[in-house]
Amino acid sequence: MNLHSPWRADFPALSLFEAQGQTYLDSAATAQKPQALIDALTGYYTSGVANVHRAQHPPAERVTRLYEEARQQVARWLNAASPAQIVFTRGTTEALNLLAYGLEHRLQPGDEIIVSALEHHANLLPWQQLALRSEAQLVVLPLDSRGEIELEAATRLIGPRTRILAVSQLSNVLGRWQPVEALVRLARAQGALTVVDGAQASVHGRHDLQALGCDFYAFSAHKLYGPDGVGVLYGRDGCLDLLKPWQFGGEMVRRADFHSADFHAAPMGLEAGTPPISGVIGLRASLDYLASLDAQAVRRHEQALLEHLVAGLSVREGIRLLGEPQTALASFVVDDVHHADLAQLLGEQGIAVRGGNHCAMPLMQRLGVPGAIRVSLGLYNNGDDLARFFSALDQALEILR
Amino acid sequence: MSLPAHAHEALQAFTACPGWEQRARLLMQWGERLEPLDEAERIPANQVQGCESSVWLIAEQRDGHWHFRAASDARLLRGLLAVLLARVQGLSGEDLAQVDVADWFGQLGLARQLSPSRSNGMNAVLQRMRELTAP
Repeated sequence: MNLHSPWRADFPALSLFEAQGQTYLDSAATAQKPQALIDALTGYYTSGVANVHRAQHPPAERVTRLYEEARQQVARWLNAASPAQIVFTRGTTEALNLLAYGLEHRLQPGDEIIVSALEHHANLLPWQQLALRSEAQLVVLPLDSRGEIELEAATRLIGPRTRILAVSQLSNVLGRWQPVEALVRLARAQGALTVVDGAQASVHGRHDLQALGCDFYAFSAHKLYGPDGVGVLYGRDGCLDLLKPWQFGGEMVRRADFHSADFHAAPMGLEAGTPPISGVIGLRASLDYLASLDAQAVRRHEQALLEHLVAGLSVREGIRLLGEPQTALASFVVDDVHHADLAQLLGEQGIAVRGGNHCAMPLMQRLGVPGAIRVSLGLYNNGDDLARFFSALDQALEILR
Repeated sequence: MSLPAHAHEALQAFTACPGWEQRARLLMQWGERLEPLDEAERIPANQVQGCESSVWLIAEQRDGHWHFRAASDARLLRGLLAVLLARVQGLSGEDLAQVDVADWFGQLGLARQLSPSRSNGMNAVLQRMRELTAP
């Protein structure tokens, strides 16, 4: 099996980690950055900065052009119909909160908001709190034993009172793809708006959002080999116009006097204040970099790594995987071993994995485990990383058992 | 202020440790020394908030000296609790206030266990201890 990553050298942190004896297997939390992004950020800061959309001077024109070109590139990446369907936020969490506040005016007491049992807190708590504010019902779609949302139950639970369906495309704990296209169809048939949390999914394969058919899609740049502090909210044609502004300030206002104001249409009307300009420019560089890669080769590599990971976990006694992972990450528990102890001893050996509830406490309760260890992969990981992980795992388990 | 006997013992044992592996084994041995907590004492009121693992901490004053008992479901954390208690057990409120816990963990080679990124909860335990023993 060839588990060499031809892209590893594009990420300078990986050779540094190697020199430090660190093995990075926590890319689902945040990914390392390619040289292309680092160069873009350096280039932006050394070429002279300016604020976007306001001033008439040449530096501002140049930076505004870069910023808007990034919006076009994101639109192309997602196959959005127009760059006007792309709002830049500070991350997935902010994009989802923007939705939960921006759509509040459409909810009546007794309406239903539907999420699934595997949601990250970022795609649960904004809706939970919206439900509490508007006396709506939060309905939770159950999972099957593989970790997939049960479509049969969804067919029953998505009904005429459903106003919003918000689900993750790829679980950050279970590594399993969710039947979002089918769920979106069910929700649309009931006239509900559909929100897809693409924080994990956006990193693994390009997704054609027009084909997916959802009304809103959110992801973070930092997991997609881009800078932190930048996220994207996509809204299908006209959908962004349903959102009431939730943050007010510069940039988003068209006219203001002391007692009233009018606001720009989306996307500008939803980008209050100075946006994360450098980050947006950096995101564009990361997308350019990713677009230059052989997507099939990346997918095959990530699949081969995951298969190797799952196979290695499966042959070890007492290890139980959570669900049946399909892409880039696997979470597991070990009989009679506390996940915190294991995470600590892996950390002692330079293995960067995550132990805990993975920002999905309700999912952990549903699975009946207090926490789990998650190993997550990026395109730069290779077979040696997994070999080091397994060796450290065996060592840790020998001490703990 | 001289070091309590158990603290002295911990210091000797941990400073003699050549590596992480031996330190982990030693921590687990120390964890076995914790006075057990009854099921009835493992209640939310005694639980330390802010730990990824479940941790319980009980503080009682006996003749002007603090007596602590602690438990956790994670074994390495039990060891950390044990070496913490070895340092503070039986101290007067005045002496307790003088203890530099970060320095103590540093002497044991366990300073990283108090770093802010740690979710093991030792910082939450220390915070809880301060609350329980506040005059």
